Amino acid sequence: MSSTLTEPTPTPVPAASPRSRASARRRLDPNRPSGVSRWGVIAILTLSAVYFLLPLWWMVMASIKPNGRQFEEPGLWFNGFDFFGNVKALLEINDGIFLRWMANSIAYAGISAVIGTLLSAMAGYALAKYRFRGRGLAFGVILAAVLIPKVMFTLPLFLMFNAVGLLNNPLAVILPSVVSPFGVYLARVFAAQSVPDEVIEAARIDGASEGKIFFRLGVPMMAPALVTIFLFQFVEVWNNYLLPLMVLNDTSMQPVTVGLVGWAGSNGQQAPAGLIIVGAFLSVIPLVVAFLSLQRFWRAGLTAGAIK
Amino acid sequence: MTTPTLRTSGGARRRAARSAWLFLLPFALLFLLMYLVPLGFAVVQSLFKLQRSGLGLSAPTLSFDPGFNYGRLLGDADFIASLGRVVLFGVVQVPIMLGLALFLALLIDSRSAKLKGFYRLAAFLPYAVPGVISAVMWSFLYSPVTSPVNNALQEAFGFTLPFFSDSWVLWSVANIVTWGWTGYNMLIIYSSLQTVPTEVIEAARLDGASSWRIAWSIKIPMVRPALILTTIFSIIGSAQLYNEPAVLQPLSGGSITKSFTPLMSAQAQAAAQNYPYAAAQAVVIAVLVGVLSITFFKITNRGDK
Repeated sequence: MSSTLTEPTPTPVPAASPRSRASARRRLDPNRPSGVSRWGVIAILTLSAVYFLLPLWWMVMASIKPNGRQFEEPGLWFNGFDFFGNVKALLEINDGIFLRWMANSIAYAGISAVIGTLLSAMAGYALAKYRFRGRGLAFGVILAAVLIPKVMFTLPLFLMFNAVGLLNNPLAVILPSVVSPFGVYLARVFAAQSVPDEVIEAARIDGASEGKIFFRLGVPMMAPALVTIFLFQFVEVWNNYLLPLMVLNDTSMQPVTVGLVGWAGSNGQQAPAGLIIVGAFLSVIPLVVAFLSLQRFWRAGLTAGAIK
Repeated sequence: MTTPTLRTSGGARRRAARSAWLFLLPFALLFLLMYLVPLGFAVVQSLFKLQRSGLGLSAPTLSFDPGFNYGRLLGDADFIASLGRVVLFGVVQVPIMLGLALFLALLIDSRSAKLKGFYRLAAFLPYAVPGVISAVMWSFLYSPVTSPVNNALQEAFGFTLPFFSDSWVLWSVANIVTWGWTGYNMLIIYSSLQTVPTEVIEAARLDGASSWRIAWSIKIPMVRPALILTTIFSIIGSAQLYNEPAVLQPLSGGSITKSFTPLMSAQAQAAAQNYPYAAAQAVVIAVLVGVLSITFFKITNRGDK
């Protein structure tokens, strides 16, 4: 069993857990877990769930309390309701700069992820479906780039954009964000899995051009995988902080991460602490919704990236 | 029958190679411009010495002096200290986080667990929160002024926790990272556990093996590839520690300095317009992380064969 991200072999995502059969057998099982160990497991798992969920619960509670009561007791329970008043107050700060930041985040992440997914799909398809000189080298370089985190390139990017006068330009965020070596890696795995060589051969015999084969046959067959790639890239760009912080000085161009951290660091000068929490809560909602509603696409990406 | 195939195959292969490169071209071009060119540019810039005139009246001048910035780096106590801090962070935080992730994955996978989906989701949810946003949230939970944790402790037991004190602050940062990433790692390990054949586990059980024994002797060895992968990614993650300490920095009352981690140090130099020195720091960080990744990659690949 290979442990790493070398040449991906097409492994179909398991349809159903083979372990489900075990539950049927449980009733007949002579040495099933005792009550003590069962309750011990549930107690530890519950404790872990409290650790993971309590900070988020606090954020929700603080966001719906009337402004000014955020840091009063009880911190973890309801104490009045004025969520919509808070949102209104938040949107009034600095002529609605918060909405502007959200729109910027959506634009940067959306544009980068759409273009990036297309480029990744094309590159991954080429690496999976064609044999050509330089293929091994190209894939090796992409793998190396997957292993070296993007943040490492941020400072050099800043220095380069500074030299060519591209600072304070949305392109300075979008151009680097379009490039996703991990997306190419995923696209390669998925293309190898879901686009059969026979289909491509048949289309070639029918006289279809290579481009037409990719867009008419390859893309629809890879569609679920492309959703996964889009999601990973969208979230990565949405979460990016250091790059937009360094290349965008103009507040009105910044994404919501940079804007909110700027508020938080101002010690209440630019926005009251209570409303910063409301902003943090609102900025997380789109991502949590995306995670919850598209869970199977996440799992597909995690499995393809990690296990072979 | 075979002759025409042979005659056309050379042309077909050339045509296929051309289409392949056409498909690769847009990505390759941007990759070159956004990854390799900036890195090369940083290397070149790091070889120059920046000189400001004493009074700052004339523009600073650049002169070629390849050893200058790197020499300065070796004597930069703050930068060296930031490297040591990140190593300490990785040595402590990565085993704790992955141990927790493995433990939770095994518990959820065990026969005693109920509501598996809920616990999986609960652990994964923090990963859906952007790193800096969760740092903003935790900053309120830590802050001496606002902390609901300390409010509750003060009321119940009459003491508070010094989250931002010099000796605590690194571990306060570690807690944010652990909170955000345990569920992600747990899911990877859990997915790998699902591939352990049922028959093997059933056979061990029939032989009288306890659940602990099965976990230790069968499940953990079989998910080793997933453990190695999460370890590599976590170590690389520690080396690039930036977001969490940078968000806490202005609120920490000085316990988090501007050069708390290597990346923060490089960023501070860039913000102060010491571009050649910032470039040298960026190059050193990139080289260290690259060497680290490739070394682990080699070691784990060899161990497998």
